[in-house]
Amino acid sequence: MAEGLATTEHEPHAHPALQHHFENMEQQREAGTLGMWVFLVTEIMFFGGMFLAYTLYRYKYPDAFAVASNHLDWKLGGVNTLVLIVSSFTMAMAVFSTQIGKRRNTIIFLVLTLVLGLAFLGIKAVEWNTKYHDHLIPGQLIPGNPFNPAVAQHGDTDPHKFHLPEGVSVRHVEMFYWIYFIMTGMHALHMIIGAGILIVILIMAWRGKFSPEYHAPVEIFGLYWHFVDIIWIFLFPLLYLLGRHLEGH
Amino acid sequence: MEEFTIQPPRTNYLNAEYGIKSWLLTKDHKRIGILYMGAISFFFLIGSLYAMAIRLELLTPQGDLTQSSTYNKMFTQHGIIMVFFFLIPSIPATLGNFLVPMMIGAKDLAFPRINLLSWYIYMLGGIITIYALLAGGVDTGWTFYTPYSTTFSNSYVLATGLGIFINGFSSILTGLNFIVTIHTMRAPGMTWYRLPLFIWSHYATSLIMILGTPVIAITVLLLAFERLAKIGIFDPALGGDPVLFQHLFWFYSHPAVYIMVLPGMGVVSELIANFSRKNIFGYKFVAFSSLAIAVFGFLVWGHHLFVASQSVYAGMIFSFLSFAVAIPSAIKVFNWTATLYKASISYDTPMLYALGFIGLFTIGGMTGLFLAALATDVHLSDTYFVIAHFHYIMVGGTLLAYLGGLHYWWPKVSGRMYPEGWGRFSALVVFIGFNLTFSPQFVLGYMGMPRRYHTYPVEEVSWQVLHVLSTAGASILGIGLLIPLIYLAWSLRYGRLAEANPWQLPGLEWQTASPPPTENFIETPIVREEAYEFAPPETKEVVGKFEREKPFPFYG
Ligand code: HEM
Ligand SMILES: [Cu+2]
Repeated sequence: MAEGLATTEHEPHAHPALQHHFENMEQQREAGTLGMWVFLVTEIMFFGGMFLAYTLYRYKYPDAFAVASNHLDWKLGGVNTLVLIVSSFTMAMAVFSTQIGKRRNTIIFLVLTLVLGLAFLGIKAVEWNTKYHDHLIPGQLIPGNPFNPAVAQHGDTDPHKFHLPEGVSVRHVEMFYWIYFIMTGMHALHMIIGAGILIVILIMAWRGKFSPEYHAPVEIFGLYWHFVDIIWIFLFPLLYLLGRHLEGH
Repeated sequence: MEEFTIQPPRTNYLNAEYGIKSWLLTKDHKRIGILYMGAISFFFLIGSLYAMAIRLELLTPQGDLTQSSTYNKMFTQHGIIMVFFFLIPSIPATLGNFLVPMMIGAKDLAFPRINLLSWYIYMLGGIITIYALLAGGVDTGWTFYTPYSTTFSNSYVLATGLGIFINGFSSILTGLNFIVTIHTMRAPGMTWYRLPLFIWSHYATSLIMILGTPVIAITVLLLAFERLAKIGIFDPALGGDPVLFQHLFWFYSHPAVYIMVLPGMGVVSELIANFSRKNIFGYKFVAFSSLAIAVFGFLVWGHHLFVASQSVYAGMIFSFLSFAVAIPSAIKVFNWTATLYKASISYDTPMLYALGFIGLFTIGGMTGLFLAALATDVHLSDTYFVIAHFHYIMVGGTLLAYLGGLHYWWPKVSGRMYPEGWGRFSALVVFIGFNLTFSPQFVLGYMGMPRRYHTYPVEEVSWQVLHVLSTAGASILGIGLLIPLIYLAWSLRYGRLAEANPWQLPGLEWQTASPPPTENFIETPIVREEAYEFAPPETKEVVGKFEREKPFPFYG
């Protein structure tokens, strides 16, 4: 019995990061990586519901969507796209540096990634803020929004703000904006969570937890970061660019 | 075998640690399975009380027990609790949690901490839902159809939705854990085609969980936004589309019915093969039919919208696909039957439940075909025929498989035997009670009794006769479920001590002590045989499955 139990312990030279129920580091890394991939599949399905709603209503109300998307600042969106692409690159470099055991480079690249991520969130915040001041936030609970019939009665709205062409209803413009806020909001939420995890990884790297033998957390987090970037790569053209020519500027 | 039965191993997962804290903070998949078992039984009890209240109300044509508004809340809460808090998690979260690592020779699930987290998430979702029920209840039906749920109902839709939203994450995390575990943690020699069919069915179930559950999550979230802020996605007055909700809802909820029934099919495959002591007929067909069900299950949601403004062409395609999804289920039934053919069957309690499952599932599946055919569905939709159909499949299927599995693995889980005579008796009572409850409802539905009404015309005497039969059946079913509750609890203290392998079977889970040690196996097993490899009787005692000197080293 005693010897039997002893075999379930790991050999004395096993890596300290090896959890008790895995046979070896390779198995542990594989499980973590696959786990992240499976998680990302659930994320695709989650965003999929919103993409479905977007597609459906874009198809139903193409003109209203074009008008509404013209009020988004494509330059800020474009800058943000660049910021994210660069952050994906620095993240990849961070993973690479960890694999070859360059602790200093890992830390530098992780910090760069974090800064770029925060920059993205900052720009996003500026955009949202302008939308708020332009009264473009939909939803009846938000005070002072032009889509709220109660407010509209008081003459708070300037319908020309939207340059509404013939047959385009404010309702459908509003539809675009709630899709915009839900989708970018969910994306930003993922960025915030990502930044939080990034800080933890950074501390671990600072303390020298990673080595060429053990770098799974950096790698697995990298997958998440790239995924969140990719979601944005889809959001940007769909929300900011599609249908711009209709307005002609 | 006698020499192995004398003393149980000194330490096992149950007595390795003591105290409430050791349970609430455990990362052992077996203990988490038991935590789930307790919680799920509790929810089942609450759901059953609602069921009895519903049946009592329908005894008479008048609404003499409740008002219609109360009745609406009763069937809604019954449905929500049973579907989201019993049927969906029951087998995967209890039996699956306990057995998936053991059956593939692993020490635990890949992410033990996430596993524990999923239980807490389940509890949090459950508590919020129960709060909503106590605070005032919900009356939308478990399907939450818009615009009633977003605009008109003034019941606790938001709180209930939040409970279900949270609960969904426990489902996602369980599915994720199973998939990763089955991929990366199989013991040496445990190839894909040697996996027990229980594992295959849980793999397929997990696929549905990770692909479907996020969709219901976003659907409930949109519902909440709509209700809170009137964003207009589902509200036609604001340019939205209420049918979009039904599409999103059924895109999850049709596959969800397979989350309930696939694990049941896995249990039944185990029981049929093992209690007829034969390799299952057509192993690969049974295994792949699980995957086929998982994939096809995502393509047929539209059959719930035949009478909801769907185009005739869409209806035809969904009708055709629904017929197609019946094929993999039928494959399973045929292969189970073929396995039984000329086998030496032992009619122990688990086997009785498994045979009951096949009967009920077949009836439920065949009546699905009436509903999948466009023309007949127009007549049967939203009647008691639909109620009977899905109860046969989901309750008959999931509940019987769960009970069968619970009896089968009880010795492994608790280290004790249950009284076999009582077990067989309860299986019989459950089967009779179930049929008496739900078969009259097919007739009722065919005659035109709509679902979700608490009164019916006094002149329709035959309707009342059928309702009385159904209520009587429900009482018998209730008794049939109480009996196991009592004797299983009794067995925990007074039951005969179980051997490591009380049924004399080859599966990996039987090659370790009952109850198993915390790490499941003293040494990692090496698998050298196919699943369900039954050795010829003369060599059975001698030939072990593994490279070991003694078949049960823990007793040495
Ligand atoms: C195998 C497991 C199955 C389960 C667990 C299941 C479960 C259910 C449930 C829960 C409902 C009712 C939903 C509601 O309105 O509350 C339902 C309805 C329906 N089922 Fe099934 N079902 C199964 C198999 C089948 C099959 C094989 C078919 C077709 C061949 C089928 C066809 C239908 C149709 C068409 C409806 C909608 C009826 C209506 O609302 O008019 N089902 N099923
Ligand atoms: Cu269905």
